[in-house]
Amino acid sequence: MSDRLYVGTHKGLFELGRNNGAWEVVDIRFLGDPVSAVLAHEDGSIYAALDLGHFGAKLWRRDRTGAWNELAVPVFPPKPDDAADDPHPWSLGKIWVLEPGGVPGRLWAGTMPGGLFRSDDGGASWSLIEALWRMPERRQWAGVAGGEQPGINSVLVDPRNPADIRVGVSTAGVWASTDKGASWDLINRGMYNEYMPPERREDPITQDVHRLARCTAHPEIVWCQHHNGVFRSTDAGARWHELTAIRPSKFGFAVAAHPHDGDTAWFVPAVKDERRIPVDGKVVVARTRDGGHSFEVLSKGLPQHHAYDLVWRHGLAVDGTGERLAVGSTSGGLWISEDCGDSWTMPEMRLPPIAVVRFAPL
Amino acid sequence: MPTVLFTSALHRFLPAPAQQVAGETVGGALAAVFASRPALRGYVLDDQGALRRHVAVYVGGQPVKDRLRLTDPVGPCDEIYVFQALSGG
Repeated sequence: MSDRLYVGTHKGLFELGRNNGAWEVVDIRFLGDPVSAVLAHEDGSIYAALDLGHFGAKLWRRDRTGAWNELAVPVFPPKPDDAADDPHPWSLGKIWVLEPGGVPGRLWAGTMPGGLFRSDDGGASWSLIEALWRMPERRQWAGVAGGEQPGINSVLVDPRNPADIRVGVSTAGVWASTDKGASWDLINRGMYNEYMPPERREDPITQDVHRLARCTAHPEIVWCQHHNGVFRSTDAGARWHELTAIRPSKFGFAVAAHPHDGDTAWFVPAVKDERRIPVDGKVVVARTRDGGHSFEVLSKGLPQHHAYDLVWRHGLAVDGTGERLAVGSTSGGLWISEDCGDSWTMPEMRLPPIAVVRFAPL
Repeated sequence: MPTVLFTSALHRFLPAPAQQVAGETVGGALAAVFASRPALRGYVLDDQGALRRHVAVYVGGQPVKDRLRLTDPVGPCDEIYVFQALSGG
């Protein structure tokens, strides 16, 4: 199991290590600054994106020697005259997700206001995926609730074919490219969006995909926590089936997929949708082990009295074995499980609000 | 030549010493600074070259009027202050 956990918070990046069975903070970086995305790369480097309130989005990398260096951030090209009516800014809001690209040096960055960027040199330089950004439909992408900008929250790279990419957008459904980003299709069918007018409820582009997670060993299996429920796809995100057995509620933001078992996934349900608090003030994790036909509500070790922790899109992680999990909340709650979620422990620390948790690769 | 001074809040992230530079507008003076310190640009301007929403620039004790194209004129004795706009807790 992975003995390193990176916790990106509103006030810095905390690296946790497991020593003698207990998790403790072994390093802190960017103390006081909001961390919006973290990637622990299999090459040993750590990437951290900052969302500085005044000075914009920044990107840093820790190399294998332990030295941190600031990298270039993705930059949008000059806004052309014919884009004057574009409802979204041509300027980086924040880096929302960072993923390895499956070939040496390649990284993907999903951002607000909805730009997807690729680096082929380990983050030293970035290119906007113009084909997606210039799709006419992109102007229909809607802002994330409470914000003005749409955002790419998930980037799934097919481990068998690094040219095959799926991205999840809040709010614009699931987009797919099989040519490294040169062309794109809106592929999701079978989702519905309750808050839209009836004639647009099933329109793929209106779907509020909160988060996608893919089974590494069976990449055709993809899970989705959607604004209106949880869904599963067995064809890499094209057709979706709602998992109505989810308990105690179908709303939430996060999902984690078991890396080997295509029938197992975890969610963190909450009260929909303006309230965004745990059901009955109890933090729980919902787990299915049968492809979503049934769910167990896991609560051992999680707070069950007056707990109002919300878990954001990137606040749930599973390690490469599928046995160790971490949950981080908006109240700074952090819980770690060593047994697939059966039981949880809270390390002895009180952290700032957590945006992202991520295990180091095995 | 006008002088460009940066908030000490920036020093936490990268060097931003005061600089005397050639320039007849706010944009011209800032461009001269960024020519020698390119990493500073992204902390002050957005991708389209406008002032970041939460960055303030004052000349002669007044906020600049043109935050998009930075065309406010500056004189040789002016001091251009670049600092964080406080806009929330």
